[in-house]
Amino acid sequence: MPNAANPRQFIVRFIFIGIAAVILVRLLFLQLFESKYKIMANDITIYKKIVYPPRGVIYDRKGKVMLYNQVVYDLMVTPNTVPKTFDTAQFCNALGISREAYIKTFQKVRIRNGGMRQSVFMEELNPEQTARFQENNYLFTGYDLIQRYIRTYPNPTAGIALGYIGEVSPEMLKNDRYATYQQGDYTGMNGLERSYEEVLRGQRGTYFLERDNFNRPRDPYKKGMLDTPAVAGRSLQLYMDAELQAYAEKLMTNKIGSVVAIDPKTGGILALVSSPTYDPNLLRGRDRSKNYAALYRDATHPLYNHATQASYQPGSTIKPMTGLVALDVGAITPSFGLACYGSYNGCGRPIACEHHDAGHAANFRLALAHSCNSYFSHIFRLTVDDKDFKGVKNGLQKWHDYFYNFGYGHRTGIDIPFEGTGLLPDSTYYNKRYHGVWNSCTIVFVGMGQGELALTPLQMANGMCIIANKGFYYTPHFVKSIDSNSKDPALKDYLVKHKVTNITDSTYSVIQQAMQDVVESGTAAGAKIAGINICAKTGTVENKAIVNGEVVKMPNHSMFVAFAPRENPRIAIAVSVENAGFGATWAAPIASLLIEKYLKDSVAVARKAVEDKMYNAHLINHNVYLIDSAQRLHYATVYNERVAHKKYTDSIMRAEATAMAAQWFRENLKKKPRAK
Amino acid sequence: MSTTHKSLFSRVDAITFLLYLTLVIVGLLAVFSVEHRTADPIIMMNKAYMKQVMFFGIALFLGLIIILTDSKFFSNISFLSYTGGLFLLFITIFLGVDVKGSRSWLGVGSFRFQPGEVCKIFTALALAKFISLPETNFKTTKHRLVGVAIALVPAVLIVLQKETGLALVYFCFFLVMYREGLPNSILVIGFSLIALVLATLLIDRHILFIILTVLAIVVGFITRDTLKRHLMAWIMLVGIWAACMLFSQLAVPFAFKHVLQAHQIDRIFSTIGQQVPEEYQRKLEDGEEKKGNSSDYNVIQSKIAIGSGGFAGKGYLNGTSTKNEFVPEQKTDFIFCAIGEQFGFLGSLGLISLYVLLMLRIIYLAERQRSPFSRIYAYCVACILFFHFAVNISMTIGLAPVIGITLPFLSYGGSSLLAFSILIFILLRLDMDRQMLIR
Repeated sequence: MPNAANPRQFIVRFIFIGIAAVILVRLLFLQLFESKYKIMANDITIYKKIVYPPRGVIYDRKGKVMLYNQVVYDLMVTPNTVPKTFDTAQFCNALGISREAYIKTFQKVRIRNGGMRQSVFMEELNPEQTARFQENNYLFTGYDLIQRYIRTYPNPTAGIALGYIGEVSPEMLKNDRYATYQQGDYTGMNGLERSYEEVLRGQRGTYFLERDNFNRPRDPYKKGMLDTPAVAGRSLQLYMDAELQAYAEKLMTNKIGSVVAIDPKTGGILALVSSPTYDPNLLRGRDRSKNYAALYRDATHPLYNHATQASYQPGSTIKPMTGLVALDVGAITPSFGLACYGSYNGCGRPIACEHHDAGHAANFRLALAHSCNSYFSHIFRLTVDDKDFKGVKNGLQKWHDYFYNFGYGHRTGIDIPFEGTGLLPDSTYYNKRYHGVWNSCTIVFVGMGQGELALTPLQMANGMCIIANKGFYYTPHFVKSIDSNSKDPALKDYLVKHKVTNITDSTYSVIQQAMQDVVESGTAAGAKIAGINICAKTGTVENKAIVNGEVVKMPNHSMFVAFAPRENPRIAIAVSVENAGFGATWAAPIASLLIEKYLKDSVAVARKAVEDKMYNAHLINHNVYLIDSAQRLHYATVYNERVAHKKYTDSIMRAEATAMAAQWFRENLKKKPRAK
Repeated sequence: MSTTHKSLFSRVDAITFLLYLTLVIVGLLAVFSVEHRTADPIIMMNKAYMKQVMFFGIALFLGLIIILTDSKFFSNISFLSYTGGLFLLFITIFLGVDVKGSRSWLGVGSFRFQPGEVCKIFTALALAKFISLPETNFKTTKHRLVGVAIALVPAVLIVLQKETGLALVYFCFFLVMYREGLPNSILVIGFSLIALVLATLLIDRHILFIILTVLAIVVGFITRDTLKRHLMAWIMLVGIWAACMLFSQLAVPFAFKHVLQAHQIDRIFSTIGQQVPEEYQRKLEDGEEKKGNSSDYNVIQSKIAIGSGGFAGKGYLNGTSTKNEFVPEQKTDFIFCAIGEQFGFLGSLGLISLYVLLMLRIIYLAERQRSPFSRIYAYCVACILFFHFAVNISMTIGLAPVIGITLPFLSYGGSSLLAFSILIFILLRLDMDRQMLIR
């Protein structure tokens, strides 16, 4: 039956090919001309996984770990993989939680992250929970322990120097400094953790993974071609001596004040105490914010760095510097003497001196050893009024330049943040203050350390380094080396030798001799250590405070600066104890004990009594609490006023807006009724 | 060309068989790429691709049996098998297992099969048999109606199983009947109906009323001379106009409001890229507002997968969307995504070419048959393949509503693979005896 070439077979073929062509054209558009599908595919299928490297470890000068990463375990759960027959009782028992708490958390996790995704069931399991969970691991299908690191301080010391880390806040993210961070990242918030953030942080690893429709990560995307591996943070080695630091903190218990000990040869900080101290382990992990708030509220301000932020009038501890400048400008010679009978009367109102016997300021050595106020007030005046300087204003400026070079009045550049500047007055300052009418008598107290001059304990210690080194210092710093490399670019600022004006060695020798006398035969005889020549200076700083609205004279700050041994200085130290009394009574023994501990590795048995006295002394003045309360009350009042004002302005703005909206509705709604 | 002297297997049409093999193997690779995870071993018995290999084995075995069977057998059992098929479809309405809302599967233990798929073979055979009967004159309306009935009775039964997509496949037999002598107007009417349906969905009912009326007046004006002379022409014109009116103004709104289910309305409107009009929106049974077009998700994911393939694709086993289960019904109805994503436009072009070649080859085979039974059966096979192919790929790329019909040879599923394999093997068997007159 030859059905030759029925034409309809071609129509059928035409329809087949036609429809196929339509499909192909659609595919052409879909696959070649529309790029949005590629972007959408990447959006839904690629998962960027960030891997955080462990932060760098911090060691002390002897290689003892001061800050490291402890492994903690988070308990993770994938709700849908937990079987129906799950042994809840045993699970709750292992974790020590109640059945109700279990059900509540489980529901919460399930609702928040869905049933198919692994999410945190419990953070930072304690060792007991971890152990009990691991014992019965096989029973708990659907649950997993995930390792994580948290920063841990093996010794509860040096918190203020080491600092702590915290989550980057949304405000911080707006700052350029945190451009490479994202929400949820941790960063150093204070101390070395902050200063050496870039070193310690390492490099975040980025891995691109494919994910499925339940958002579960699967295979690496493009076989890992785009991934960047995580690079671990580098370690820091400090100059700090962990033992010395702990000892210093112990000596400073129940006192407000500070200890700064520096190795004069390198500028490396051997110990830095800001008392009261806190256990740095409080500021990590889940309870950080709670503990931070408690520390922040403490009246003794443990979070405030008394060693680098606080500044004090230096009192008599400034006298070596006053003498140094006076000798160098030629205002006096070492043999210059002053007949002091217990007060200085050169400027009208007498300035009291502790000593009354006639010979105590017969020359520079004696005057410094006995800390004669009259003598140093006088030589300060002689310095600034020196005829070479043509007037006190120029003279003071010259003196200011000397002191500026000693590292006073500006930040030393120590490698922890938030350093204070102290205050170093110059002619401009006094011109402003006294409207240009002042002379050397107006500022005479500066010479004996009770004037406007204010130094941070760090600056005081640094001053000692200059005298110990006879004219130079390195910027005080903590970090000796980064990953054993002491020449790391991050440390280059600390390898620069700062030369202080060209004061001759012999001048320094005079000062050193006089300072040695302070210990041998002067005010700080109690600081003497057999076999070590210590050069030192005590300071007893008068101070006042406003308590209950009245200006009250508070107990003196006890100050002490020293370096030792004189021949080959290995430690320069500044100790301050607020409202304690004489410098010789409190600060001097503490400094002396620390010097002995550092130079001899242990403290002589004979001095145990002194040690105990220091441990047990409770020298926090009760007025501290009153002052703190008053201050906080003041802040609260200011804050409340501001809030009330803002509320008031806001309400006015809102009322205006409401009125405008009402007006608009009146005008528009009448014309056009709203669609149903 | 004497075929009888050649051995049995050498008479099998090699091209068709090779195309068939290629498509099944491409399908296996596609299902494998969707399921395989990097860490898994290749042979895993619980995976779908291994089951598909097994079904393929069964299909080849059945194929062998079919090749060894006498070709007259298929002609002889056609009505019997058709009746059996109808019976199966009928009992499925009552005994069917509920799978995703439809009752189109028969289950015996863990074994399940879909009579609707298999019944295509029986319908094809029965239609071929009926039209090729010497006493059938396909030019008479009566016989034409019988042909239409053979094609549509299974469809009605399948609709009763709530598997509308599969039922639509049976409309492809109209193309066969067209080839065998249905008037040309069937095509015109068919396409006009599609145009009218689209217009009804896309254009506001009242505006469409005006457009159709104006169109009718214009046609009336142009053909005014004819109209004057023939009353019939008048009646025709007014009749067509009235039918269109009836359809667009009454039938469609009625269907949307009372006949179609909510998800079907969804799918229809999401295909033409429209929101479901307010008047057709329905509250769900428990009074909740519905949440938007659910089938949109499938189509969007499918388009993302195919669209992201680009020109040359992401490479085998690198399809991020298909591998990670973003497209629902990935292995079955949406298997084309795997090709589109991994092999891009080139791969899609290749696959579509394979299908078109196969269909054209079948038409070629059809036209060289001596017996009308074989020819009509071959046309049935080509048209079933065509409908599945066109609708399935169209729905993955958003050209057709998502109705659950498979991509021949590629989609995972025993019923589907076996049904298509048997269709092809019977065709090959008939083609082996193309010089014979099979009645």
